[in-house]
Amino acid sequence: MFAQQLFNGIMLGSTYALIAISFTLLMGVLNMLNFAIGEVFMLGAIIGLTFVKIGLSLYTAFPLAMVCTGILCLVVERFSFRPLRHAPPLVPLLSTIGFSILFQNTAENIWGSERSQFPPWMEPVIFHIGPILISSTELIILGAAVLIMLGLDFFIQHTRIGRGMRAVAESTETASVLGVDANLIISTSFFVSGALAGASGILFGLSFSFVSPFMGMEPGIKGIAAMIVGGMGNIRGAIVGGMLIGIIEVLTVGYFGALAKDFTVYGALFLALLIRPQGILGTMQSERARI
Amino acid sequence: MKGKSILTLKGVCKNFGGLMAVDHLDMEVLSGQVCGLIGPNGAGKTTVFNLITGVHRCLSGTIRLEEKEITREKPYRITRSGVARTFQTIRLFSNLSTLEQVLVGQNFLPKSGAGTAAAGALGTGLRLRDEAEELLKLLGLWESRDQRPNTLPYGSQRKVEIARALATRPKLLLLDEPVAGMNMRETRDLLAMISKIRDLGVTILIIDHDMKFVMGICSTLFVLNFGRKIAEGTPDQIRRDEQVLEAYLGKED
Amino acid sequence: MSSYHLDLFSALGINILLALSVYSPMATGQLSLGNAGFMAIGAYVSAMLTVHLHMPLFPALVIGGILAGTIGVLVGFPALRLKGVFLAMATLGFSEIVRNYFMNFLETWTGGAYGFRGIGDTPISIVWIWAWVFFFIMFFYVLSRSRLGLMMIATHDDDTVSELMGINIVRLKVGAFGLGAFIAGLAGGLYAHYYLYIEPEFFNVWQSIYMVLFVIMGGMLTFWGGVLGAGIFTILPEFTRILHDWRGAFFGVVIIVLMIARPAGIVTREILRLDFWIPQRGSRT
Repeated sequence: MFAQQLFNGIMLGSTYALIAISFTLLMGVLNMLNFAIGEVFMLGAIIGLTFVKIGLSLYTAFPLAMVCTGILCLVVERFSFRPLRHAPPLVPLLSTIGFSILFQNTAENIWGSERSQFPPWMEPVIFHIGPILISSTELIILGAAVLIMLGLDFFIQHTRIGRGMRAVAESTETASVLGVDANLIISTSFFVSGALAGASGILFGLSFSFVSPFMGMEPGIKGIAAMIVGGMGNIRGAIVGGMLIGIIEVLTVGYFGALAKDFTVYGALFLALLIRPQGILGTMQSERARI
Repeated sequence: MKGKSILTLKGVCKNFGGLMAVDHLDMEVLSGQVCGLIGPNGAGKTTVFNLITGVHRCLSGTIRLEEKEITREKPYRITRSGVARTFQTIRLFSNLSTLEQVLVGQNFLPKSGAGTAAAGALGTGLRLRDEAEELLKLLGLWESRDQRPNTLPYGSQRKVEIARALATRPKLLLLDEPVAGMNMRETRDLLAMISKIRDLGVTILIIDHDMKFVMGICSTLFVLNFGRKIAEGTPDQIRRDEQVLEAYLGKED
Repeated sequence: MSSYHLDLFSALGINILLALSVYSPMATGQLSLGNAGFMAIGAYVSAMLTVHLHMPLFPALVIGGILAGTIGVLVGFPALRLKGVFLAMATLGFSEIVRNYFMNFLETWTGGAYGFRGIGDTPISIVWIWAWVFFFIMFFYVLSRSRLGLMMIATHDDDTVSELMGINIVRLKVGAFGLGAFIAGLAGGLYAHYYLYIEPEFFNVWQSIYMVLFVIMGGMLTFWGGVLGAGIFTILPEFTRILHDWRGAFFGVVIIVLMIARPAGIVTREILRLDFWIPQRGSRT
């Protein structure tokens, strides 16, 4: 039972990890919290579902939806970030909250508030690995998430743009001295962030047979929680945080019932902020910084 | 009361990570003096200010203001005991006018509320307002009393910072690079202002890189390098000190 | 006045209180995304007191508020260590914990996830709500023109320097935070006794976000801003009826545009020309 829960937790955790990465990318590169990511996640699922419904195969709809959500995030950049570069950090955050409201309401109006789900896309084969029951669909979903994370890691470590993102995350001045085109980096970060969130939405929708305009709020907040718990601006931290939150949530539901699930998740967030605000993999802010 | 010790540092140490920013520093500033704290960049001068005002905690050593030990006190208590400071980069309150900046400095002073009975509970006072206005006039800031910092020229902003610090009625005023970025005229103005402040009985400790300025106004200099005091004395003595020259100009091969 | 208008103005009154509850910590530089949690505490505690202990309304409201305020102070202390998004998330997390608590515990008294019905037989008069609104508007008016108000602005602008100016920022910030929690708790109690029904789902993250939006859009640096923001948010839906279901999208766009055009919010100190009650002698423009 415990092992099964653990596996389910990892499934959920991998979607949280992807959202957390979306948040942490922008946090690391721009020190900005993009609240709209939760709704971009939702739009990924909804747009993906729409593509499937008009006849595209899931394997085509998936990357296409990712591109759409990437572009949506670029729109967010255009209005919430670029004109507000020199405003106090609260202002872009609030602007993204505005986008959040806009996206959710628009989705509700266009697609209706009913919940729906992806049509069956393959015959699931169930297998046993020790005490755990796994279906082939779950494996593929998990595999997709892992693949995306590996792809991102490769992108960040081994491409010019990826390295540019790391440079800008370290220091914008150093980056520009090194000839990094900050604008390109920023746009890329937003696009990748959006694409990841969209992918996460589809995977979530597939795993839990649940797609609705309201599906984004909770995972969005949990994604932020995962980012903080794991360590902001840090992709590995986001993955660790996401997994942790997913596992905690599933174990709580398993042992204490569905109503208690948010209790432990937010309890963990609260404790983390009290005890170790920089997160598990985050580094301590130097004392020197202040004056 | 010249000659009495206002500020005493004994064996003060501070580290950041592995780096010893201040290394066994002993310093004594006498009442009524204008002293300078100089040294090459990164010598630890601002850190010393931060230690005195309680922003950073000393690793070891003691800091005394007159008789009272302030080594472990919280910043607001240290200020209330009589230490005020300005900052390397100007840090004025962006949403307050010049007069209001100065009024903030008075927040903990005894509230003598003549004729302000109802408002007395929340602490307003005719006499404090007068004092604030006098301060502005003394420092030539009366014209800009209603202006926000971002509308003032750099030199004026510095003056406002100093006025704000003075509003706390300090015994000891710490000025961190007060003439950085100023032109000749502004520097001269500031020099005159510091003399006025000294004449009011305030002891002043200045950090700056402008040697002419520092040598011109300070009676005693403390020279820091790599967190250690390498020399102490009058401007003349310092000018001729070998170690100081070496620190600034590098060893002659 | 028709019952429809009555409802509208009652909602307005409660929203103004909620805006003020967010303004208080924000005025000292602390963004709280968790005031819905304090509202919940006030709502549930006061409801339990009137329904189960048959306490009269006024003490029940005040006790609910004080409990919320005390918890606010307790949360406010560790919150001092957190800034910006960290603080926002901690308060959000706290609010969700509170919401979940009322969903899972005390069910026999509060109905748990199914909601607390029948908080009294008749809604309280709108006068109750607006009496509190006037009280707090007076309170903030006096506060904003006092030295304490001056210190709050200084702390908001730069708390490190404020501390170096002799301000006890711990007391100021925790106090402001606790005050905000108290007001939110009162608003919660009033809400419970006006609508006669509360459920945990209501005190969710969006609730906290809307309260913050009142203040942000109306103007962050003066309490009138929150009042205006609450007014706009409550009344505007009435004027935008033609938009039907697209009102949400419209608000989203308004926020986005406002942040670009006027990030400090609509009302600023300069517009109001509010100065401090420092008695003046002689010349003044």
